[in-house]
Amino acid sequence: MIERVGRGTVRAINAVGRFGHFVGDMVRAVPDVATWGRLTLVQMRRVGVDSLPVALFIAAFTGVVLALQASYTFTGTVPLYFVGTLVGKTMMLELGPVLAGLALAGRVGASMAAELGTMKVTEQVDALETLAYDPQSFLVLPRVIAGTAMFPVIVALAILTGIVTGWLASIVLLDLSTQEFIKGLKLFYRFKDTWFGLFKSATFGFTITLVGCVVGLRTRGGAEGVGRSTTQAVVYSAILLLVLDAFWALVLLR
Amino acid sequence: MIEFQDLHKAFAAKPVLDGLTLEVRDRETLVIIGYSGSGKSVALKHIVGLLHPDAGDVIVDGRAVSTLDRPALTALRREIGFVFQFAALFDSLTVADNVALGLRRRGLAEEEMAERVREALALVDLTGTDERYPAELSGGMRKRVGIARAIALRPRYVLYDEPTTGLDPVTSAVMDRLMVRTREHLGATGVVVTHDMRSAYTVGDRIAMLYEGRIRQVGTVAEIQASEDPVVRQFIEGRAA
Ligand SMILES: Nc1ncnc2c1ncn2[C@@H]1O[C@H](COP(=O)(O)OP(=O)(O)OP(=O)(O)O)[C@@H](O)[C@H]1O
Ligand SMILES: [Mg+2]
Repeated sequence: MIERVGRGTVRAINAVGRFGHFVGDMVRAVPDVATWGRLTLVQMRRVGVDSLPVALFIAAFTGVVLALQASYTFTGTVPLYFVGTLVGKTMMLELGPVLAGLALAGRVGASMAAELGTMKVTEQVDALETLAYDPQSFLVLPRVIAGTAMFPVIVALAILTGIVTGWLASIVLLDLSTQEFIKGLKLFYRFKDTWFGLFKSATFGFTITLVGCVVGLRTRGGAEGVGRSTTQAVVYSAILLLVLDAFWALVLLR
Repeated sequence: MIEFQDLHKAFAAKPVLDGLTLEVRDRETLVIIGYSGSGKSVALKHIVGLLHPDAGDVIVDGRAVSTLDRPALTALRREIGFVFQFAALFDSLTVADNVALGLRRRGLAEEEMAERVREALALVDLTGTDERYPAELSGGMRKRVGIARAIALRPRYVLYDEPTTGLDPVTSAVMDRLMVRTREHLGATGVVVTHDMRSAYTVGDRIAMLYEGRIRQVGTVAEIQASEDPVVRQFIEGRAA
């Protein structure tokens, strides 16, 4: 029993050590802009194309549902223009970043893990090294930087979409006027609402792409290994994302 | 010169290399033969620092590979062309871009790069496939692109991991001729890992047999052919026990 706990602890410490090592190597590759610069643009386009449709689709429906749920909850006791407040705050602070983040974990994180995993098991990563490239600056940095930079943009658009569909639902389905919706939207608005959500999104983008790269690059054992890595990337990044979400709420919203 | 010095490597407590000592002389082609899973690829990967030894080391022109820092390792890798067992081409790049990738890293001018790519593809008889993707090529063609990618860099050493495995006899003979041609063209030192004896006799100056993690016998082609070691005899005659 004690032995098992001990071995588990050693394994966990090793895993953290390897992860720290990986991040260290990544940071060391940062000056190599000549290699990662151009590739980052390619990855940014890919992150955008891959995740924008899903993120906007989810946000559009969430906006409608938020508006309807708010009015259902208020049951006439709370003034209806609070619908605008609720839609805006919820989209900006929580649902925009988190739902888009989970979608991104499923699409971008998984596809990066699958791609790098395939490259690893088919020795393409080894081949890169023998051609004197550093996989960190050729493969990892472009993806992580693209994820960190693009994700706030995607989330901003998702938030906007959610608010617009929430507003449309309010005027079409709830008999709320545009003025009232906007009044509600502005009511408790603070600039922090915006930057908090977008900052959080950047950390999500960083985490998801980093996990995709780490998991992808330690893939072993053929097609089966690639499948395993892909699922692992999604699970790990989704868990980390939710933990990180709670962490930022604790640190920044109190 | 490449020297394996008492190289040890185990995976999950299973020893693969167990005191491998071997010398590759300048300008020769040394063939390493051995059973599947005997650690031939593992040995080759130690030369370019893709794997880290548990003990012992590989010395390339006086440099102990496992002790090199990143810049020194990168410099070393620039002198060595590695031809992978399954080609390891980049799926997302065309044939020409695959061959050019290593050159681009060296900051060659566009024209010079195009010229070198053309030359390398011509050497492996693949002129005109520039714009195709690896997925559109046969296994043999992919291996030839792999060779082109390695030799475009004009390395001092070329390491081939099973260049003829999985190819038909005629294509194998083409690969053998290619390796000979590459060596004449570049004057490079070669290490060829294979279990194809016909290929070993054609391209090799010397042959070393890897068995149970160390060298069982090393000698000229004639010496190996005349070997009286039962393990070596069994392997080169391809008898089942
Ligand atoms: N990265 C690795 N992790 C774990 N085990 C490995 C790794 N690389 C090789 N091995 C193991 O080391 C042993 C030797 O493998 P290696 O690929 O060197 O054999 P080989 O002689 O090249 O065989 P083949 O002729 O089939 O290519 C095998 O048992 C293999 O499973
Ligand atoms: Mg092998």
